[in-house]
Amino acid sequence: MSAVIEGHHDDHHHGPAKGITRWLYTTNHKDIGSLYLWFSFIMLFIGGAMAMVIRAELFEPGSQIVSPEFYNQMVTNHGLIMVFGVIMPAFVGLANWLIPMQIGAPDMALPRLNNLSFWILPAAFGVLLATFFMEGGAPNFGWTFYAPLSTEYAPPTVTYFIFAVHIMGASSIMGSINVITTILNMRAPGMTLMKMPLFVWSWLITAYLLIAVMPVLAGAVTMMLMDIHFGTSFFKAGGGGDPVLFQHIFWFFGHPEVYIMILPAFGIVSHIIETFSRKPIFGYDSMVYAIASIALLSFVVWAHHMFTVGMPIAGELFFMYSTMLIAIPTGVKVFNWLSTMFKGSLTFETPMLFAIAFVALFTIGGLSGLMLAIAPADFQYHDTYFVVAHFHYVLVPGALFSIIAAVYYWLPKWTGYMYDEFMGKTHFWLSFVSVNLTFFPMHFVGLAGMPRRIPDYAMQFADYNMIVSVGAFLFGLSQLLFLYVVLKAIFYGKKATGQVWEGAQGLEWTLDSPPAYHTFETPPNLEAGEAKG
Amino acid sequence: MYLKKLILCLTALFLAPLSFSAWDDINMTPGVNAIAQEIFGLHMTIFWICVVIGALVLGFMVFLIIKYRKKEGVEPADFDDNPKLELTWTILFAVILVGMAIPATTTMIKAYDDEEGDINILITGHQWKWQYEYMEDEVSFFSNLLTSLDARNNIAPKTENYLLEVDEPLVIPVNKRVRFLITANDVIHSWWVPDFAVKQDAIPGFINTAWTYVDEPGVYRGQCTELCGVYHGYMPIVVKAVSDSEYKDFIQGKRDLKAQQALLTEKLWETDELFAIGEEVYLKNCVACHQVNGAGIPPVFPALAGSEIVMNDKGRQVEILMEGVQGAAMQSYAEQLTEVEIAAVITYTRKAWGNDAGGDGEIVVPKEILDYKNNKL
Repeated sequence: MSAVIEGHHDDHHHGPAKGITRWLYTTNHKDIGSLYLWFSFIMLFIGGAMAMVIRAELFEPGSQIVSPEFYNQMVTNHGLIMVFGVIMPAFVGLANWLIPMQIGAPDMALPRLNNLSFWILPAAFGVLLATFFMEGGAPNFGWTFYAPLSTEYAPPTVTYFIFAVHIMGASSIMGSINVITTILNMRAPGMTLMKMPLFVWSWLITAYLLIAVMPVLAGAVTMMLMDIHFGTSFFKAGGGGDPVLFQHIFWFFGHPEVYIMILPAFGIVSHIIETFSRKPIFGYDSMVYAIASIALLSFVVWAHHMFTVGMPIAGELFFMYSTMLIAIPTGVKVFNWLSTMFKGSLTFETPMLFAIAFVALFTIGGLSGLMLAIAPADFQYHDTYFVVAHFHYVLVPGALFSIIAAVYYWLPKWTGYMYDEFMGKTHFWLSFVSVNLTFFPMHFVGLAGMPRRIPDYAMQFADYNMIVSVGAFLFGLSQLLFLYVVLKAIFYGKKATGQVWEGAQGLEWTLDSPPAYHTFETPPNLEAGEAKG
Repeated sequence: MYLKKLILCLTALFLAPLSFSAWDDINMTPGVNAIAQEIFGLHMTIFWICVVIGALVLGFMVFLIIKYRKKEGVEPADFDDNPKLELTWTILFAVILVGMAIPATTTMIKAYDDEEGDINILITGHQWKWQYEYMEDEVSFFSNLLTSLDARNNIAPKTENYLLEVDEPLVIPVNKRVRFLITANDVIHSWWVPDFAVKQDAIPGFINTAWTYVDEPGVYRGQCTELCGVYHGYMPIVVKAVSDSEYKDFIQGKRDLKAQQALLTEKLWETDELFAIGEEVYLKNCVACHQVNGAGIPPVFPALAGSEIVMNDKGRQVEILMEGVQGAAMQSYAEQLTEVEIAAVITYTRKAWGNDAGGDGEIVVPKEILDYKNNKL
């Protein structure tokens, strides 16, 4: 028996297959991680191009470059693509690359499932984007697709949209099963749960959130499908249904979804800040508990998106209080990051710049979130640009910056080549200035009364909208520089060492840069050492 | 020209917070009644708390960045927790939150008060206009965007109230408790007047309530705030608060108008007369979907030019105008338009764009619409 295995062993240390089949058939976590990340990068430019169309239309009052109908399609698909096509796949890509390397596992637990969860994703977005070329145009009812605008009054392509959302959901659920199985079963000996790197922790909790809420989204779109094609009246007032039910179901998915897009960012930023502070993370235990409590609270705050639907006052108050509670674990995280920097030995390479910007600007997004939680004040904020400013602050300089930081931080490890530090810093400063130029004035126009999702606006909002548009164009262009920096590193970068960063801790840094195609085939033994990172 | 504007804007961005007059343009409106002002006060309280917290956090961060940058010979500390300190700030956060929750709760209770009003107005959201019905006086009318297509398409100049002007504003009396009963006819809309701090979703199948009490006569403007389809950005709200006597005149005027319009159905109409009125009605109510040239935006908004129904099936066309089309954007105009207007607009569509030549060319007179209504009863 053992002879057979050993005989097989010799030709087992092969590299990747050649050609396109390497990517189509791959079950390797590193390849699949790269696929996810490149997919997300491409979608970032597609969704970003839509944002450019939106900002061009809003550059001045009056109709500019597109019709109101196409504008709504842009708004809808920009949201869907950025949420489901950029932020989520990027985090799954990072999970694929990093979780096995950080816990000392040879690969993900379910490699074939892994291949499937990636490859159905381009199919889903292919279906979604194809609707642009169909009769009736692409979905135009906002990424929140409130019924009955998305059912009785939707363009015929809504059925393709429903199908696409189902596939995206299936992909996420399979990815999450894989992450949970890997983390719970494949940690190196000696790595107890409370010694896991924080990125692994954040993803373990995120994966549970995904498994809990993706089926709820699937349920919501299935009910839409039934209403549209099979004569049911889940959301049809005329048939005895309830349009508000849709919002409850959607936001029961939607609010945990918001945290799905930020928890892995917490993990990433924790690693980067400790590395460049050359000091262990402050309050590891409270960081873990904070992520867990944010995740639990996310299930009981959903109706704060619905303060104006006419809930009874008890509901308004409950959802106001529960939402305010989230500020506590979030505040703990921010203070822990600052305490990690306190008395450290700080250097400011590109990943650290993005991580610091994350903490600063995420704090602004968090504080505006606290304002939005105050139900009576939300009567004035709701569905204005103040909300648009808030969620873009947590998603762009929040989630997106953390992903960019992660790419700079781990790119030398993945590719074996250093990026150009000067260009990286240039990219940072351009992004930092333009992201604020884009999203900060949105607070002002929102408070002054500009509703969201309108293709044209009253004269008093003109000045700030022009500033926002200029900021947005600059931010969009800056991301082309990001693409350039990544490509330059891959093709012309200097060789990176295995350690890469002076202060980096964790198993992935014990590997070569780039790591072999298969790593940790024998798990490292951590019984003696400290694995916490 | 853009460059000059841009420089102006950038200057404004940095100077705006400094000059007091500009402050109003970038902040919430203080509102015109007690509850709106209380919500404004609450907003400013939380705002300043958040500014102070934000300034402390960002300030501390800048301090850390300057003070602890890597230096030769200075070793980083290696502590990694401090449970007492962590517990302290956790409790501190909780205390601040309780401090915010108390005023928020009292304001919330005041805002949420659905006692009956002196005047009750049923507000119905339609794609893309508001309908106001004075429940006690049985007066009802629609409020449409007034801004012209030319202004929206940058052909005509934009006036001060661009996109915030309507043909028929909602008129309410001052010093009376006005209760709004808010619902919708098709998709979800949201009725928002910032000066009253009233934002309430208009949902088909539900009736939400909101109320206001205005002391000062004036004109207050707002917009729909829930994405409700293509022309979501083009259904503003204008509320005119007037003295009690002016309000009574307004209601009486509306009643007289209704009586006059009923008489007009008896009149003998010329085709040209109907065609002229019809063109006006069409441009105001129909062009958004069916377009000026009657081509529509298929498949969502069908073409009228060359349509079989419009050319040869008068009965069905009347029915569509009166009942709407189930499951499509086409709504019933039976209440939105008078008998004369409906007859005129049908006549117009049957004569315009060459439909006259291609079809039977029959016209519809107001009496026929009245008969349709009466037969239904």
